[in-house]
Amino acid sequence: MACIEARCLRKTFGTTIALDGVDLRVEEGRILGLIGPNGAGKTTALNAILGLIPFQGEMKVLGRDPWGARDQLMRDVSFIADVAVLPRWIRVSRLLDYVGGVHPRFDRAKAEGFLAKTTIKRASKVRELSKGMVAQLHLALVMAIDAKLLVLDEPTLGLDILYRKQFYDSLLNDYFDGTRTIIVTTHQVEEVQDVLTDLMFIDRGRIVLECSMEEFESRYLEVMVNPEHVVAARALKPIHERTVFGRSVLLFDHADHEQLAALGDVRRPSIADLFVAVMSNQAGHTHGEAK
Amino acid sequence: MNNPSNSVPESPVDSHAIAPASTSPTRPFYWSVRRELWENRSICVAPLIVAVVVLFGFLVSTIGLPERRRAVLLLDPAKARAAIQMPYNVAAMMLIFTAFIVGVFYCLDALHGERRDRSILFWKSLPVSDLTTLLSKATIPLAVLPLITFAIIVVTQFVMLLWTSAFLILHGMSPASTWINFPLFQQSLILLYGLVAIALWHAPIYGWALLVSGWARRATFLWAVVPFLAIGFFEKITFGTSHFALMLKHRLLGFAPNAFAFELHRNVAIDSLLQLTPGRYLSTPGVWLGLVFAAICIVAGIRLRRYRGPL
Repeated sequence: MACIEARCLRKTFGTTIALDGVDLRVEEGRILGLIGPNGAGKTTALNAILGLIPFQGEMKVLGRDPWGARDQLMRDVSFIADVAVLPRWIRVSRLLDYVGGVHPRFDRAKAEGFLAKTTIKRASKVRELSKGMVAQLHLALVMAIDAKLLVLDEPTLGLDILYRKQFYDSLLNDYFDGTRTIIVTTHQVEEVQDVLTDLMFIDRGRIVLECSMEEFESRYLEVMVNPEHVVAARALKPIHERTVFGRSVLLFDHADHEQLAALGDVRRPSIADLFVAVMSNQAGHTHGEAK
Repeated sequence: MNNPSNSVPESPVDSHAIAPASTSPTRPFYWSVRRELWENRSICVAPLIVAVVVLFGFLVSTIGLPERRRAVLLLDPAKARAAIQMPYNVAAMMLIFTAFIVGVFYCLDALHGERRDRSILFWKSLPVSDLTTLLSKATIPLAVLPLITFAIIVVTQFVMLLWTSAFLILHGMSPASTWINFPLFQQSLILLYGLVAIALWHAPIYGWALLVSGWARRATFLWAVVPFLAIGFFEKITFGTSHFALMLKHRLLGFAPNAFAFELHRNVAIDSLLQLTPGRYLSTPGVWLGLVFAAICIVAGIRLRRYRGPL
């Protein structure tokens, strides 16, 4: 069964088009990275999935209409909107009481177990915790909820590298079990590269690239071309070209590995490399223009 | 699904059964009300502070009590009764007024604060409906605050009675005149009735404040108050009348002449259960119009919160 199924999603804010006919299908047990420049429509797409905003088009999340039944949906869906949404006035112990009191699938013992590995005190108020600790606390809450879908919108924004690493490690080791589905948006693309099973680029309200990580690894190759082979390499129609230390680096889609090896050093591009290539190929795209 | 090593007792309360996952019973409304009390400590603290101030004032005022009491007892019984009751009624009224102010400001922030600090994204990530949220927030001024006010007033008056009695006994007088003229148990019943009547009467004010707090992006107090002032001034300037201002005054204080019968007694105090007129009060259109208006505001607030995100 598909976890999320959407057809022709459209959302406009005044004259700005945030989602422009998005078709989406996310199967259960996937970890999807939704990557896009600022204002591309990532958060809008997530908000529509979570039932936080109305939209045009059809969508079913876990078989439910998200806008019509947000509170029902939230029994099976967890989300971390960004680092700073936990109420600052609440005490950690009371936050656990509250979530335990309203969420049928919250396992308090589990949350306490996660918190025991941190330095967060039960008696502290959220405002007394550091940004990293707040993120740990929110993650502990979410991981103790037996949800089917977890949505993470820039979950590690503003955290230092140790917390960011730990965040994704916990998520993979202690939470993801192959049946849950996770959708994550982030600008720190390199950090989620090894986490994802699927990849989606979104730009100006449209999906511009959609592939699984296996596909990504087999399809794209990057070559640092020897100067004498540049012309020959360009003839093979690279999707992007950049210059590193005076040498041309060309990115190819569906190219033959051996043919490329003759032209220079072949390596697998990172998601960030592909992202830059795809975004700069978007006709008329000017970064930062959006919403 | 997940491993079943779950310490929370499993329960079939959860009606929707998509997955056989372990679920524990939930009480969203109960916890939402408690959450409001955690966040807004002023709901308890403000009346307590006022009670302490009142008690302190009363304590100071007892210095000349024996002489005053002797003089009062020479008056005719009704006047004496009114004079003895006076400080108790003043204490009650100050606390009721405090609760009203706290309730209005609570409502003005109830749906605004969560958008201002972005925590609405967290609350909305939990399986608590907007209906439950709005009802739990409306419960604070309509039920929780009146109950807290009731408890604090009764305790305050009881302390005042004990203090007066002790002081009179020390000065060789009988404290009976106080207890006879201010029968605490009966006065508590009257107070409880009064608080219910006031809560029903003020429901549209709280409903309106809740609606504005969910709607306005900033300055909720101004948005809630200025339109009414503007209409009042407009009427005064244009037609030279003040029907609208009188209507507002009626909405603030109009519960009293409907919920109580003052004409039975010569003084203004309410000190007999015979003065309670619940039948007349409940047949006053103003009560029901107000409740309908409050209900409309709350329903609108529920719909509005669905669309609302962080500011």
